[in-house]
Amino acid sequence: MKILTGWCSALCLSVSTIYAQATNDLNAQLQQLQEQQHRMREQFEQQLREQQAQIDLLKSQLATAQTNELPPAAGPAWDPTQPVRLGSGSAYMDIGLVGTVAIGASTADDIEGGTQPGGHDPNQRGFTFQGAEVNFTGAVDPYFRGNVNVLFSVDSEGESFVELEEGWLETISLPGNLQLRAGQLLTSFGRHNTQHPHQWSFVDAPLANALFLGPDGLRNPGAQISWLAPVPFFAEVSLGVQNSHGETAAPFRSSGHHHGTSEDHLELPFGFRHPDNDRGVGGPGDLLYSPRLAMSFDLTDSQTLLIGASGAFGPNSSGGSGDTMTQIYGVDLYWKWKPATAHGGFPFLSWQTEAILRRYELGRFNWDENGNGLADEGEVVDPDTGLPAVLGRETVTDYGFYSQVLWGFRKGWVAGLRWDCIFGERADYESRGLLLDGAPLGRDPHRRERWRLSPNLTWYPSEFSKLRLQYNYDYHRTLGSDHSVWLQLEFLLGAHAAHSF
Amino acid sequence: MNHPLNSMPPAASTTKRLSTQGSPAFARLMRIALAVLLPGFSFGAHAKLNVVATTPDIAAIAQAVGGNLVEITTLARPTEDAHFVDPKPSFVVKLNKADVLLHGGADLESGWLPKLLAGARNRRIAVGAPGNVPCNKGIDMLEVPAALDRSRGDIHAAGNPHYLADPENAKIVAQTIAEAFARLDPGSGAAYQENAGKFIERLDAKLAEWRKLLAPYRGAHMVAYHNSWPYFAWRFELKIDLFLEPKPGIPPSPAHLANVISRMKELGARVILHDPYLNRRTAETVARSAGARVVDVTQYPGGIKGTDGGYIEMMDRVVRAIAEALAEQ
Repeated sequence: MKILTGWCSALCLSVSTIYAQATNDLNAQLQQLQEQQHRMREQFEQQLREQQAQIDLLKSQLATAQTNELPPAAGPAWDPTQPVRLGSGSAYMDIGLVGTVAIGASTADDIEGGTQPGGHDPNQRGFTFQGAEVNFTGAVDPYFRGNVNVLFSVDSEGESFVELEEGWLETISLPGNLQLRAGQLLTSFGRHNTQHPHQWSFVDAPLANALFLGPDGLRNPGAQISWLAPVPFFAEVSLGVQNSHGETAAPFRSSGHHHGTSEDHLELPFGFRHPDNDRGVGGPGDLLYSPRLAMSFDLTDSQTLLIGASGAFGPNSSGGSGDTMTQIYGVDLYWKWKPATAHGGFPFLSWQTEAILRRYELGRFNWDENGNGLADEGEVVDPDTGLPAVLGRETVTDYGFYSQVLWGFRKGWVAGLRWDCIFGERADYESRGLLLDGAPLGRDPHRRERWRLSPNLTWYPSEFSKLRLQYNYDYHRTLGSDHSVWLQLEFLLGAHAAHSF
Repeated sequence: MNHPLNSMPPAASTTKRLSTQGSPAFARLMRIALAVLLPGFSFGAHAKLNVVATTPDIAAIAQAVGGNLVEITTLARPTEDAHFVDPKPSFVVKLNKADVLLHGGADLESGWLPKLLAGARNRRIAVGAPGNVPCNKGIDMLEVPAALDRSRGDIHAAGNPHYLADPENAKIVAQTIAEAFARLDPGSGAAYQENAGKFIERLDAKLAEWRKLLAPYRGAHMVAYHNSWPYFAWRFELKIDLFLEPKPGIPPSPAHLANVISRMKELGARVILHDPYLNRRTAETVARSAGARVVDVTQYPGGIKGTDGGYIEMMDRVVRAIAEALAEQ
């Protein structure tokens, strides 16, 4: 019995051992087979690729032999009926939308157009819808690239606006390092003027830009030719030619009949505008010309400097004669440091500064517009004669400056500080003691010394959204000090346009 | 110099107009002016191909293929995050002079290359021109999304762009580059092909070695910050499937990291791959909590020490570092 039990258990043991062994063998075989399969698949793929590569090479060699000397163009010839596809994407056109909302508070009474002179600045206590900007961009055909930016915004009274910020086409392959752009253009003046609101590093536009170039910046229909100079560093020379009339050319022939005391006086600091000057374009002298030179140098592997000098010259609508000119000059500087091991664009340190000088020629203007020779209500009066004032021709000079530092201290976080200022030289019309409705006009409040200090903090939860908190300390020689706090939220849908430096 | 004006008798120099045209100094000046004003016009018959590569991995392969027949400029630095390269104006100048632009073709450079290309005013490398070479041609792209939805993070429509982490793909890219060079410089077509062949041969030999090194760790789980290693993982049958960032482009949150640590323990993942541009502290903190090791790796030659020799040298260094770390488990 014992023997039988022993045999049985020995049998069981050996069977289980054999079974275990068999399982192990099977597993090993399975693994081997899997390995073999993986190897075969790789070999097969590799053979396929090598064969394809050989075929492609033979094809290209054949094509080369056929055309003898000239290298053949890649791919089939383009036909005008075929649209152009962009890069690896599947769409003909990239479409992106940026929405910006702000909420905040300010001690100022005149926020829209006053304390916040920029057309896309936060414009009231509480909520401001700063804009929803739609961008369409893409290759038109092998010769042109197209770009359109449309901005929808709502003012402090709830009225909606649609603006064509930009709408141009640009040449892709003009010879001689030239490039031509035509359509509705942001004037190439300095750095800030060519940026859309969502590219700004602060919730508002710099004072000098908003007050000297216009609340919405300088942009108008026109054309621009630019040339990349064949030198070892980056040097680009450009000349823009645009219409000088319309509301987006505020320092030039901005339309409408404005006086220094009209409702629009906040927007347009200089009075003495005359509707007769809205004469359209009668000749080359009625256009706005904007030359610019930009140069860039890589100071080290991780530091880049970009400097520029710009000008904008054209007629303005001051005075009755219509032959007065505005000259605007600007210099700009942008420096950026980003280490060789930056991740997601962080950390970085950047410094941007622009200085603007505006010389605005005021034409002779007779306040006795109705011609009755009497000092009527709403007319500016000469204190010496008690009659409607006749203002002589003169050129007034204003200076503006801003400097901003941004520090991207960790991924997604940027701390910024900006200092802004403007001031104007006292003009004759400010020295004559002119009266309006019996009260002295004194100095033009819009040309008086003013400065602003703005620290801010921006958080980018991802590349497609941001939250920005900004404090503004405003000082105005005539109006005193004001404090404002703005919180801005921005989101991006669709295509993310490539960045410019 | 048999220009008729040069044989003008000296007496003619009294005529102001002729003298300025005829003097050798003027001719030299004209030549200099032409050379300055018409860059890109090669006066020599065997001028080197001027190649611009967006990233150092492509540049290294191009160097192996082009040898001394090409002059290569690389835009992105090997240590930086190639998604976020600053579009420096100096790049415009480099692109302006280029005969060939080699780029990934899979949106890796979409945040900075398009504006540079627009400013370059160079029809030789414009999109669709023979000199514009997307290197992902013929590559089986992984992770091509079925739907584009950014709530999943910043995903690439063309698939994961880090395809050169698979050495097999480097072979395809070498072929693509050799063909492009041959198309633009047919005279040296055979040389490019031969170089590419040699590169592929060397790579094949190494690949067998690398496979052997990593074979014992088939199926091992590893951690990366960003999903930039799926091609490498596929080739060597590894599972690099835990990421320190919760979604592509979204910075890690403490909660997510805690989850990663517990998953690491569960799956026995003991290696965290660390690219040079990432925050090493995050990786080290996670490594400490999970009992893992941080291994310095790169996908760009020159990204870490001892990798500037070229693509094969870089991959060799990376494979050995990973194998070593896995062996320690």
